[in-house]
Amino acid sequence: MGSSNYQPTNKAVKWFEDRLPILGLMHSTLGAGYLAPRNLNYWWNFGSLAGFMLLVQIITGVILVMHYTPHVDMAFRAVEHIMRDVNYGWLIRYTHSNGASMFFVVVYIHILRGMYFGSYKSPREVLWFLGLVIYLLMMATGFMGYVLPWGQMSFWGATVITNLFGAFDFYEGMGESILHLLWGGFAVDNPTLQRFFSLHYLLPFVIVGVVILHIWALHLPGSNNPLGIDAKGPGDKIPFHPYYTAKDLFGLSFFIVILAIFIFYMPNIMGHPDNYIEANPMLTPAHIVPEWYYLPFYTILKAVPDKLFGVIAMFASILIFFVLPWLDGSKIRSAKFRPTTAFFFWLFLLNTLYLGYLGTKLPDEIMIDMAGGIDALTMGRISSVFYFAYFIVIVPLVSRMESTKPVPTSISQSVLDANKKG
Amino acid sequence: MLNRLKNIGLMTLAVSALTIGGLTSANAAGASAYPLKEYDWPHAGPFGMFDKPSLQRGLQVYKEVCASCHSLDMVAFRELKALGYNVDEIKAFAAEYEFPNGFDDEGEEKYRKGFPQDYFPAPYGNEEDARDANNGAFPPDFSLLGKSREHLSLFTPWNSIYGEDYIVGILNTYHEDAPEGVELPEGMNYNEAFSGNLIAMAPPLFDDIVEYADGTPATTEQMAKDVATFMYWAAEPKMEVRKKMGLKVIIFMSILTIMLYFVNKRVWRKIKKGDDIA
Amino acid sequence: MTTKDQVEHEEEVTRRDFLYVATGAVGAVGAASVVWPLVDQMNPSADVLALASVEVDLSTIPEGQTVKILWRGKPIFIRHRTAKEIARGIAGNNDPMVDPANDQDRAVKPQWLIMVGICTHLGCVPLENTEFQLGEHGGWYCPCHGSDYDIAGRIRKGPAPRNLDLPEYTYLTDTTVKIG
Repeated sequence: MGSSNYQPTNKAVKWFEDRLPILGLMHSTLGAGYLAPRNLNYWWNFGSLAGFMLLVQIITGVILVMHYTPHVDMAFRAVEHIMRDVNYGWLIRYTHSNGASMFFVVVYIHILRGMYFGSYKSPREVLWFLGLVIYLLMMATGFMGYVLPWGQMSFWGATVITNLFGAFDFYEGMGESILHLLWGGFAVDNPTLQRFFSLHYLLPFVIVGVVILHIWALHLPGSNNPLGIDAKGPGDKIPFHPYYTAKDLFGLSFFIVILAIFIFYMPNIMGHPDNYIEANPMLTPAHIVPEWYYLPFYTILKAVPDKLFGVIAMFASILIFFVLPWLDGSKIRSAKFRPTTAFFFWLFLLNTLYLGYLGTKLPDEIMIDMAGGIDALTMGRISSVFYFAYFIVIVPLVSRMESTKPVPTSISQSVLDANKKG
Repeated sequence: MLNRLKNIGLMTLAVSALTIGGLTSANAAGASAYPLKEYDWPHAGPFGMFDKPSLQRGLQVYKEVCASCHSLDMVAFRELKALGYNVDEIKAFAAEYEFPNGFDDEGEEKYRKGFPQDYFPAPYGNEEDARDANNGAFPPDFSLLGKSREHLSLFTPWNSIYGEDYIVGILNTYHEDAPEGVELPEGMNYNEAFSGNLIAMAPPLFDDIVEYADGTPATTEQMAKDVATFMYWAAEPKMEVRKKMGLKVIIFMSILTIMLYFVNKRVWRKIKKGDDIA
Repeated sequence: MTTKDQVEHEEEVTRRDFLYVATGAVGAVGAASVVWPLVDQMNPSADVLALASVEVDLSTIPEGQTVKILWRGKPIFIRHRTAKEIARGIAGNNDPMVDPANDQDRAVKPQWLIMVGICTHLGCVPLENTEFQLGEHGGWYCPCHGSDYDIAGRIRKGPAPRNLDLPEYTYLTDTTVKIG
């Protein structure tokens, strides 16, 4: 965010700016004062879209709280009160529930973009860390939010996920003590609902704080770009405003159309029907599935036969992203010039999607109809092994050994070359 | 070395492709032996709106048949406006019900007539009472059944199960005798649509069990469809206003998107050409 | 002298300005329509709007006593006035008042005075003053800022701008009244 070259012409504005240079801060963060590489493609829209979704979730969330009651006897009914009686309540609640899913879609694309174009590599490692912290906070927030409607999936999802922490049973009774601490009782119950509500309200604001750090860490080295080379000369960069504000607004508008299709025409497709049944501690639904955005990690958890190591593997599958900047030893950032890296990137993506798909399956469901039938558990194990192999074997080896394509000398040169050709 | 890695990768890719190809068949194999009959619901699709006469008939079926065991806790009489009734009709409908209203001087419970703002009263005072009267089974509340029995799939919509089809399935697919090899426990009935096929509820509908005010022949299938429509409305009463607003929002945002596309294009023209650096 | 280039350039500028302004206007309309649901959700919801009207059996209220009931979250005073009190109310009809009203217009049946028990000044609940315990006008007296109401709930002294409000009510029988 650094020092600003913002010079207000209006006297009153200047008077204020001399005392609190907040307009200069905006100017140098999202305005004409921030110089961004001129060649950012549409994959770079997802950062601002994520910011937009965070805002939407906070606004709709604060409104939902005005009508919701965090109590086991009233929560389910309160959500239906919002859906049926509150003016536009159905709109606000469907926006919040579908917004959560779309927030994850946007953030996943944002992360994958960073992976493909090497945005995690030096000097942007801390930027990458902060992004991963945001993602972890989002996972926690999303999980606790899903508990609040107090439907069957809320209750049993909360039970299953909190029970994971019981795996840390290093001495007699330790796992149980952790669980009692998390629940505030001997099972998921009213105290659990109330603390989840409190944290679900708090964490988004923590996310806002980390987002500010994320943007701060972005503005020191500046944005990465599809070529992955440093933007040096003045011809390499253009002011964020009006160029990227216009592009982001166009992308945002298009994105809202997609979001609206979900909210207005298939509002329940991302949810689980069992969550329209009130929580019942006496009856577990036939098939417990977490929200779709946790599914790949859920499969990794199920793939490991030991409870403790399953939980460790699941957490490791996310935390391993933190060491990605050092696993990748290539001097070149963008996968555009690293064909083997690009190939394995797409394979990793497909595999992760498949892990997610397996997450919805029962362990003994037959996935491949050959060799006597290969079940979901086996496929989950194969996919999980590949998932970790990607980080531990493929990335370190490929990044150090592959032959790369020639990299352009500068961004402006590549633009001029492309224009000559086209 | 790298090439070998790449080959392993390609093999993995082929296996995944095989699997994804096998998905549909695997799903089909996992489905029930009795596929649900699928109906063309007038309220389905982006422009579908409720068939009001059917909603009214569904209310009649609920009131005369289902309500003796199933509650409808979250629906208030006032909401019946959406079925096409006017205020006086709703008042008269509500007045047919009685609600406890405090205690008289002798400590006896007093009753009053229902008002539009009252909610459909439950047939049983509590779950134990309900189970006692129903052979140990608990008749579920109807308020959200239309949504809680659905299975919607975004990527394989042909595998979706719609709540209305499921309800009609339950009501329409009783077998008088269980198939050979299936032992029917005391008080259970054999039903194609119900998970596990054994359901405590006795077949609730028979032809002409109600007499429709509008003269529609009250076949079992007709009644099942009407009550399923009514139950879907009860679960999603804001569907019509949601779809109508959605159409406006999407048209509006599409226009704005097109305008912003041209704004963006114009803003970028010089930069795209590289005029500023050439 | 204007060259062809300049003319084209100027035309382009107006066309561009129009596109920007039109897009900005459409965007502003969109933003404004988003605000309405976010604000309107704070208005009373359908179940609150439909809240029960209250039926009261007046025969249980002895003469000279006031019953307080809650209706739509507000206290309602139902005063069974004595003949003396009614006479006092009518006698005050011509006194100077902030919000002049006839006693006869304050109650459908003169012995039953039914009012919203909220001071029209800042919303406190006035105390009973029918025996002149607190103020000099013998009706109700608001402890917050000393608004003094008479036996017909008319403001006589103090900061309140209006007489105590009258709720909508209808007599279902001679002794039962439906408020709301």
